[in-house]
Parts: sequence; C-alpha cells; structure tokens
Amino acid sequence: MAKIGLRKLRHSYLTNPTVDADWAVKEIDIDWSDGGAYALLGPSGCGKTTLLNIISGLLTPSEGRILFDERDVTALAPVERNIAQVFQFPVIYDTMTVYDNLAFPLRNRGVDKARVDRRVREIATLLELDDMLSRRAAGLTADGKQKISMGRGLVRDDVNVMMFDEPLTVIDPHLKWKLRSKLKELHQRVRATMIYVTHDQTEALTFADQVVVMREGEVVQIGTPVELFERPAHTFVGHFIGSPGMNVLPCRIRDGGAFVDDCHVPLVEKLVSQDVAGQLELGVRPEFVRFVDDGVPAQVVRIADTGRHRVVETRAGGARVFVLCGDDEVIPEGATHLAFDPAHTGIYADSWLIGGGGPAQ
Amino acid sequence: MNKTENQRAWFFVAPVLVLVAFNALIPLMTVVNYSVQETFGNNVFFWQGVGWFEQLLHSERFQAALGRQIVFTAIILAIEIPLGVAIALTMPRKGPWVSVCLVLMALPLLIPWNVVGAMWNIFALPEIGLLGRAINALGIDYNMTQQPLAAWFTTILMDVWHWTSLVVLLAYAGLISIPDAYYQAAEIDGARPWAVFRYIQLPKMKQVLTIAILLRFIDSFMIYTEPFVLTGGGPGNATTFLSIDLVKVALGQFDLGPAAAMSLIYFIMTLLASWVFYTVMTKNDAR
Repeated sequence: MAKIGLRKLRHSYLTNPTVDADWAVKEIDIDWSDGGAYALLGPSGCGKTTLLNIISGLLTPSEGRILFDERDVTALAPVERNIAQVFQFPVIYDTMTVYDNLAFPLRNRGVDKARVDRRVREIATLLELDDMLSRRAAGLTADGKQKISMGRGLVRDDVNVMMFDEPLTVIDPHLKWKLRSKLKELHQRVRATMIYVTHDQTEALTFADQVVVMREGEVVQIGTPVELFERPAHTFVGHFIGSPGMNVLPCRIRDGGAFVDDCHVPLVEKLVSQDVAGQLELGVRPEFVRFVDDGVPAQVVRIADTGRHRVVETRAGGARVFVLCGDDEVIPEGATHLAFDPAHTGIYADSWLIGGGGPAQ
Repeated sequence: MNKTENQRAWFFVAPVLVLVAFNALIPLMTVVNYSVQETFGNNVFFWQGVGWFEQLLHSERFQAALGRQIVFTAIILAIEIPLGVAIALTMPRKGPWVSVCLVLMALPLLIPWNVVGAMWNIFALPEIGLLGRAINALGIDYNMTQQPLAAWFTTILMDVWHWTSLVVLLAYAGLISIPDAYYQAAEIDGARPWAVFRYIQLPKMKQVLTIAILLRFIDSFMIYTEPFVLTGGGPGNATTFLSIDLVKVALGQFDLGPAAAMSLIYFIMTLLASWVFYTVMTKNDAR
C-alpha cells in the first residue's frame, strides 16, 4: 500500500504537441492517501484511462513525476512499481486453470510453493471462486473471468495500488451490482489504495471516498460524492453528475443579487457586480426547483414519469429547466413560475463557480 | 396431424447437387471405376477386382515414393511452422511498416507454381545460378542435378521460401487479434517473454496454426508442380514424390488401372491424416 502523488503531470500521444488540444492529459497535481478508494470519472476520451496507464507505468508521461510514498517511480516499469490493474475486458490465461491463473503473478516472482498455495486459496475464498479452482478459466462467464483478473491483483499482498479500468463494462446488469458491492467489501477488507476509472457516475459515487471528475484532459473537481452533488465547481460537473443533470440558465448580477429574465433570484450570499466578469450563469439542480405562484416565469413542456418521481421539463429564462416532483405534487399546466432553493443555487462565471451554491462551503 | 408437404426445396438445392456431381462425384467415381478394371485401349475393360490395390500396396516403387513423401512433408512442416511463427512474432503490430511487411510476405505466394520451380532451377544451377555458384564458391560440391542430397536440399529450400509466408500471414493474423490488455496484464503480472509466448500468444494462435498446419500438410503431401519443374523427380528417383510418381504411371505409362488405384489410396491417406489431425487439435476446445 502506498500513498500516491502526481506532480505537474502532462501527457501527449504526439511527439511535438503544440496547441492545447494535443495534450491528452493537461497538468495534473493530485495527492491520494494510503488505503483510500478513489474514482476517476469523466466521459469517454477525457484522458482518464491515459492517466491510469501513466500511474501503472504502461505509459511514460511526457512531463511530470509520479510518486509512490514520496519515491519517484516515473521511470520504473509496471513490474517494478508493484501495482495491479484490472482491465475493461477480462484478461485471463485461457489454457490455465483458475488456480494457475491466480498463482501466475506469484510464480513469476519466484514465491515459494506453499505460500502460493496459501495465498491463492485465501483469495479464492474472498472472491467466492474456491469451488472452481481446478476448472479451466476459459469456460467461465464474464463476471467469473473479471473476478479472476481482480484475484490476480489481490494475491500479491504487497501491491502499492490496485487500479480498475471500467471493469464492469462487459458484465450483465444484475451481476454489476453484486460485483460492485464485492469490490467495496474487498476494499474494506484489504485496505489497499484503489483507483477506479469509469464514465458511470453511479459506479464512481458508490465506490469512491473521493471522486476526481475529468474533462478534456483536465481535472475539473475533486471531492466527495456529496460535494460533487451539492456544490459542483464547474457546470460540467453539474451536468455530468445527477440525473437529470444540473439546470444552467443565463443570468445577470445586479445590486448583489441574481436576475433571471429580470426576475430576482435570492442567493445565500451577496455578489458584487464589479467582482464578476465573463459569461454569467445560474446553476440549480432539478431537486431544488419548485413550482410557485410568483417567481421566474416558465412554460411546462413535457412530463416524464420515472416511477420514483416525475421529471418535468420546462422552459425558463431562455433555457431548458428540469424540475423533479414527488408523486403527490400538483404539476401546473402551461405558464407557471419557478422558485430556486437559495442554499443550492450557484452562480458560474465562464462555467466556473464563483458564488452561492451548497452548504459545503 | 396435417403436415404440409412441400417438395419445392429440392428445386432450389438441385443446382448445387448438379455442380457437386460434376466437379467431385462423377470424376471420383470414374477413378473408382478405373481402379477395379484393366484396359488395353479401344474402350475395352476387364474386371480386375481389388487386384491393382494389392499389387500397389506390395510394390516397392510405391512404398519408396510414399516414404519420400512422408519425410518431405515432415521436414517442411518442422521448418515452416516454427519459422513462420518466429517471423510473425518479429513483425510490427502497428505503424507504416505493417503494410510493407505484409506485401513482402505475400510476394512468394503470388508467384505461379511452375514459375517458382523454373526460378529455383536456374537459381540453383551450379554453373550459372547465383545459389549454385555461391555454394560451390564456398568450397562445397553442390550439383542438384546429380546429387540426391543437393536435390532434396534445394527442393526443401524452395518450398520453405514459397510457403513459409502463408504460415507467417496466418500466425500474424492470430497475433494481431490479441488485445493490448493481455500484454499489459502480463507485464503487470511480471510474465517473462517466454511465458507471454506460452500462455498468451500460442493459445491465441492455436486456431490459425491448426489451419496453417492442415493447409501445409495437404499441400506438401500433394506437391507436384515445383519439384517437377525443379528436378523432374530426379536425380534418379530421389525426389519422385507421390504425385510425380502418379503422373508417371498414369500418363507416362498410361496404366490407368494402377494409377486410379494409387489416386484412391493417396486420397484416402490425405483425408484420414487431415481428419485425425483436426480431431486431435480441436479435441480440447469442447471441454
């Protein structure tokens, strides 16, 4: 186990990157503590897998350093870094039995037979694979194979960090949930530092103590699931996390208050118009919007029933605004007004949060 | 139960039946027909029974040709399969060199078989051929028109040159279908190059290698054109393989009965060997 530090990390797949877009990973500084569970969350192509491969040593970064317990490992190969990685598609050694698959990383490192046997059986029990140890790994189902991939990482008790690159992509939905809770349980038992890459917010939010949201090679926000939900630092985080995502409406700042469509929106803190520059927007999650008699004028467009609650799509202030309603609430038809909960309304300048927002300040 | 009977399907299958009949069944049955009869021309036939088969199986000439054939096939398989895999392993997986390598590899396969024979014939001539001159210049007495060993050496070298590419291309196709994640996982698991080959590359190449071995076995077992052009089966009978012997019997001596019997034995041997080999190679997959 180790704590991990990334220092001014940059990577480009091109030999001579010039413009900003040439960089797959743009200047990242992160510190992860020993034994934590972290998630890298972001849409496809945001650089999260690149970042993961840099940490594991499969890729050498163009610039910057990687520290394991303050030791610089940037130049070390994956074997020397002593890490484990589980890939999107289960990697198993087809011709070997489940037992041999699990024993493989230990045998390659010359661990003695008795110890190999003990570790393999221990991990097989942990993963509930003990009754199929003598079977050929090729015949297993996708989730069984993925368990073996995890097992090959877990058998070594000295791994610095375990990494997961979208490990549940090929798993059936009903097994996803099982495997995910298994993963969480494993983390609590072995207390290894774990990094989990995914584009699925549910996976990230349920697995990780801390989530790193990435976009176009940059880290947009690092925080606990609650922080990301209640106080998105960037409109992208607001959009990406939550279903439906955060509503974003153009607004103006006047006399210390926010105005949408010349209608005053109360905030918890005062903003002075001189302090703000750039394109201003107001962000509020659908959970914190209500229908009222007097407020921001809106037009109800359509209603979708998701079972648990109803999602009402409205138009207000020149933008699309979603409202979440409980089953017993009365939804007005046609023209109506909206009110935003001041404690959960944030103001964004050029997409970055500058004021207002949730209670986690 | 009222089951609707509809015989129209036969109508659609008929063209295939006709085609198969004309390109396989009828020629094969003609051969069977010849193999049990004796003829002295003028389309007059005498019933012979299994006489030709008995005579053939006891004939030293046939046994010698078969022996040469088996040794030849064994040697070229032992060379071409490992060599093909080795070359495929050194080929790049990505980048501009991939197409260059593929085209270079495909070139020998594009050359007509008798041209290959003629090329190597001239190439190996001791007086004017580059290969012949070069070997003799090294102080080794080499003349494939007179020395059986030299003739064998040249024939095998020619076959390796001509057909290793096929094994390379098949093995390469198997190799590039392995996702990067396998190599990355092996790297993380601390696997050494031999283990990567043994546990990742070889298992993933198994299917295509089965095909490669089968194709090379059948092709080399039936080899005719290239040694015929290169050595004409000589010197003496040193490189007279089964096909060459068969043509000598059928067209040289016009012994249609024995030639037909020989064809059938030859055909059954090839079929049997292929079947046994395929069954053994694919047996484990079922489990």
